Amino acid sequence: MRLKYPTSIKIVRVPCTGKVDILHILRAFEKGADGVYAVGRMEGDCHYNSGNFRARKRVEQAAELLDKVGVGGERVRMYNLSSGEGPKFAEYAVEMYELIKQLGPNPIKKSKAKKEAA
Amino acid sequence: MIVADKKPIEEIIEEIKDFKKILILGCNECVTVCEAGGKKEVGILASALRMYFLNEGKDVDIDERTLERQCDHEYLEEIRDIIDGYDAVVSLACGVGVQFTAEKYFEIPVLPGVNTCFLGATEKRGVWTERCQACGQCILAFTGGICPVSRCAKRILNGPCGGSSKGKCEINKELDCAWQLIVDRLKALNRLEDYEKLFSIKDWSHDRAGGPRKVEREDVQL
Amino acid sequence: MNLKTPSKLEKIFASGNLAVTSEVGPPRGSDPDAITEKANLIKDYVDAVNITDNQTSVTRMCSLAACIRLKQMGVEPVLQMVTRDRNRIALQSDILGAASFDIHNMLCLSGDHQSFGDCAQGQNVHDLDSMQLIQTVRQMRDEGKFLGGDDIKRPPTIFVGAAANPFADPFEIRVPRLAKKIAAGVEFIQTQCIYNLDKFEEWMKLVRDRGLHEKVYIMAGMTPMKSAGMARYMKNRVPGMDVPDEVVKRLADTPKEKQAEEGIKICIEAIERLKEVDGVKGFHIMAIEWEEKVPEIVKAAGLYPRPDADSL
Repeated sequence: MRLKYPTSIKIVRVPCTGKVDILHILRAFEKGADGVYAVGRMEGDCHYNSGNFRARKRVEQAAELLDKVGVGGERVRMYNLSSGEGPKFAEYAVEMYELIKQLGPNPIKKSKAKKEAA
Repeated sequence: MIVADKKPIEEIIEEIKDFKKILILGCNECVTVCEAGGKKEVGILASALRMYFLNEGKDVDIDERTLERQCDHEYLEEIRDIIDGYDAVVSLACGVGVQFTAEKYFEIPVLPGVNTCFLGATEKRGVWTERCQACGQCILAFTGGICPVSRCAKRILNGPCGGSSKGKCEINKELDCAWQLIVDRLKALNRLEDYEKLFSIKDWSHDRAGGPRKVEREDVQL
Repeated sequence: MNLKTPSKLEKIFASGNLAVTSEVGPPRGSDPDAITEKANLIKDYVDAVNITDNQTSVTRMCSLAACIRLKQMGVEPVLQMVTRDRNRIALQSDILGAASFDIHNMLCLSGDHQSFGDCAQGQNVHDLDSMQLIQTVRQMRDEGKFLGGDDIKRPPTIFVGAAANPFADPFEIRVPRLAKKIAAGVEFIQTQCIYNLDKFEEWMKLVRDRGLHEKVYIMAGMTPMKSAGMARYMKNRVPGMDVPDEVVKRLADTPKEKQAEEGIKICIEAIERLKEVDGVKGFHIMAIEWEEKVPEIVKAAGLYPRPDADSL
């Protein structure tokens, strides 16, 4: 469709959002990502039955942990759409981008910079 | 298996806040099955802790390692050559593993990362329930395979008590009354007349009451 | 009469009279008047008075001390003892303590789970269960031996009782359970309070079919309802309680200020009906915090005056 979405979004393709683990989300933030979001099929539509439900639960748990360690759970989100919905995909991308811009950079980056400077 | 549950991260942070080089040590057996202390949980905890300490402005190194078991000498020996590089270990093994690791590496604090809960089974993913309290004298042959010591809140041997209601325990409507289960099973096995046999007073000296226990098998010792 | 103990209660049963007992709950403090005042209200209308043992796991003055207080007043006590709070050493020890004050009646119970009371974080003991406690008292009395096998100097002479609940689940083992308690050595039974008279009579029939009514003295438990609200609460919130809809309706249809009176009437009617049931050897009237109504109930049910045990 060649719709536009912000270039600062890096896409990692998985056969199903059920493959995304809490660990992947945390490591992304550890390495300096400002935000992480999972885009899965509409609930009830998963090709593997319940992969997107598992993803939702993991996103919620990751958010909880991120709140507790000072990164912020609002930076991780889950979106659902069906595979043909190109415009929705772009819309969510923009929405996420705006959200993260508002939240600012991942506090880890500042802390890492401080540590390097010391 | 031994069922454990993750300790809240705040508790773990409190345990380790004064240390600088920490090893998160997982276990590949029971705690992996109950998703509390296996390799994956080690990774998640380590990543979260690293981010925490970075945000706190503290310079803390957190490493990850998972052993096959922490209740056998040979597996614990595997970290002998690296242990001196740390000033604390957070063990995600059950209480047995934490202690065995601490005994072996006497000079280094070994802190628990999970709460060890009970001996139980996986009812379904994410739900584990207690089945055995290791009383040391198994009576399952007489109770239709259902244990009143671990599954009756009052460990009554001649039950049920007067609080059994619609097959559930008086303390919790979701909890099955062990004696209802036993009666149902005896019925299914056509042995309801066994119900009237009086269970004699239990010898609790084989249980926790008798003190820390030991099993010794001379036939397999060298 | 072939009596096994000096118990006044046993004597009344053995003489063929209907026995009447009631109960008093000890205070949540150390004031002995709390016992003596309540006991004074009922002592001439009953043959013996039960003292509950940390009922519903709420910490109160211990049953043994309150029983001694009754004994000192000249009232026959029934010591209720639960297995929740004491191991076998303490249980045997308290039994000897009771026997040293010539307390001759005991009710052996498991006890409500501690999560119901004020110390939900405490341990529970249950070293023995209620049936094993029955066996223990019988052994101490009849063989004069401790559980460990040693001889007891001046063994207790205690008449042993237990509770029965004809309405608890599972129904199919309610009579086998009574048979088990009898095999363990129980000599009298006090049932859970009865509102469903039909179901109770059904249970009694099954009891009689096995001849159990001749092996144990069964006392029907009675608790007068104070209000329709109480009836509803007991129906819906108390496990093992069977309150038929008609009872609730009868109270609900009565104007509020007359409900207590109606509740007493229902209780008296039940006693009159159950007096006719073969195998019912007495009534255990539980009117906790309403002890002043016991005399009225006993009188109206034709159970007053109580027989003089000494002249039987």
